[in-house]
Amino acid sequence: MADVEETLKRIQSQKGVQGVIIVNSEGIPIKTTLDNTSTVQYAGLIQQLVLMARSTVRELDPQNDLTFLRVRSKKNEIMIAPGEGRPGTKVRASPQKC
Amino acid sequence: MEIVNVLMKRRSEFNRLRGFVDSDFKKLVDMSPDQSTSEQPIHKDQSVQAGQEMSEHETNTVGLEFISHGMNHVEGGWPKDIDHENMEQAIRFRKKAGKNEAYISSILQLGSVMELCIRQNNAIDKYEQYFEDEEEEEENHNAPYAKTMNVLRDPHQVKRTVTSLSWSPDRGRKLAAAYSSVVFQQTSQLSTDSYIWDPTFLSLVGLCLAYWDTRRGCQTVAYSSVEHSHKDPVYKVIWLQSKTGTDAFSASTDGQVLWWDVRKLSEPTERLILDLSKEGNLGRALGGISLEFEITMPTKFMVGTEEGLIISCNRKAKTPAEKIVCTYDGHRGSVYAVQRNPFLPKNFLTVGDWCARIWSEDIKESSIINTKNGVSELMDACWSPVRPSVFFTVKMNGVLDIWDILFNQSDPTLSVKVCDGGLYSIRVEENGRLVACGSEKGEATLLEISSGLSVPQKNEKSLVAAMFERETKREKILMGRQREIRLKERCRSEQSREEEVVREDGEESPQELLARAEKDFYSMVEVELKRRRKGKDLIQGQVVSEDKQT
Repeated sequence: MADVEETLKRIQSQKGVQGVIIVNSEGIPIKTTLDNTSTVQYAGLIQQLVLMARSTVRELDPQNDLTFLRVRSKKNEIMIAPGEGRPGTKVRASPQKC
Repeated sequence: MEIVNVLMKRRSEFNRLRGFVDSDFKKLVDMSPDQSTSEQPIHKDQSVQAGQEMSEHETNTVGLEFISHGMNHVEGGWPKDIDHENMEQAIRFRKKAGKNEAYISSILQLGSVMELCIRQNNAIDKYEQYFEDEEEEEENHNAPYAKTMNVLRDPHQVKRTVTSLSWSPDRGRKLAAAYSSVVFQQTSQLSTDSYIWDPTFLSLVGLCLAYWDTRRGCQTVAYSSVEHSHKDPVYKVIWLQSKTGTDAFSASTDGQVLWWDVRKLSEPTERLILDLSKEGNLGRALGGISLEFEITMPTKFMVGTEEGLIISCNRKAKTPAEKIVCTYDGHRGSVYAVQRNPFLPKNFLTVGDWCARIWSEDIKESSIINTKNGVSELMDACWSPVRPSVFFTVKMNGVLDIWDILFNQSDPTLSVKVCDGGLYSIRVEENGRLVACGSEKGEATLLEISSGLSVPQKNEKSLVAAMFERETKREKILMGRQREIRLKERCRSEQSREEEVVREDGEESPQELLARAEKDFYSMVEVELKRRRKGKDLIQGQVVSEDKQT
């Protein structure tokens, strides 16, 4: 338990990270650092995206699997690490210019 | 049966106006319908009129049925037994899920993956737009070059030095060269030939000022009288901007700067003696070698002297004493050329002895940019009229140097060996592409410069201005520092003098004094020797490296 907390804290403290959400395979957000409405919104929207991405990768090559998904937009970037069964952590980061 | 009504009239009464008269009606015929035919009507199929056939229909659209509903949004995935609105239950569920083993392990693993990617993001912004704002710059791939186009030789038998050149102001390819003999004793044999194509030209003929006008043929028009003009060779003459267009002034080594009106060359209109002590003493005056005058600053001008000082003067000053505004301590030898930068008039270029220096008007103690000491003496220099960072110098070993300050400050961008003898003068043409330099053997060589050196770059003026600003600031700071140090020294020396006075009353016996003096003396000698040795090594090293270069 403590490791999980530590991991989350470490991620959250990185530069540019706006928030972290952990979602289980049913789409329920287990842990989050953002407010509830945003969390629910993210969880619902991204779930389908991850499923579709994963099925795409699998269809192209059955041996392959989705390891990471980055959605970069003008304002920020959503990083999704899918776990087996559970979509896992999502991080909302803001991109910086070097 | 026929109904006939007969009207009878005489022929002569035809066409006469009829006069109609009302009369009672008379029943003529009365016909009633035949009753027998009405019992068997005959049908006739007859249409009454020819018209379009139209029909009428009725339709009714199918109506859509609308129902109003409310949508109930539900957070997905919650197990059926948990009401997610209930905070407690939701939290309890979450906690339970958090304790799941698989959950913990997968979170840990995913966490490390995530961290890696975040670190990647933070390390470099992969998708940034490079060079958004930069425009396409033209790359100048060719190395700069200067091509000799033409060599004009002096046809006179005795070879004379080309001491000054000037391009005609109308951008033509006309060049006027003034020849004179630098050796003083030969003044009487000076030929007054020069190659002139431009309309008016001012020439130095040893001591006197002579004015040519080609419009009146190639003859000298007037000589200034010997008594009133310079006693020593005149080194430089410049036209002045004035309403009449006929003013000029000249400088010579006898220490005077004279103003002339060329219409009346019998005596100068004004005279200034270059005496630093401002007394007008001719004996102590400095010899003037080069003059500088900028049209945009008509009241100020500068004189470069034999002793290495550059004097800035104000023309409109009332008394001769006030004319000399300030001096710049420049070179170790004569200052052969002074010229303001045509784009940034606050900075000017001087050459003398072995190096070229760039000055800012405000800083009087030292130049803001120096070039390295060259191998041979520099005789003349001028700025390029189109590029604010380029200037040209000529040397006694016949080499023409082109310097680009923005590109390289320690070495000339291009060195061209023009001739074997020394080069005495150089002038750049208005468009910046042609350069003429005159040698001591009397040859005037025309060179064409590559476009890399004669086409101004973007932002060049601001870059050069920024560079000069920076150097000026540096000098100011250095000067400030030096002043501080000097002040401190003075304070300290005053203090130590007081201390010494106090100490002398003390117990120092003469022997001890002697011993101390000897020690001091020997240590000073050692220091001096060491310095000399180091200096010699440095010079040797420099000479060796310069030999390698040339």
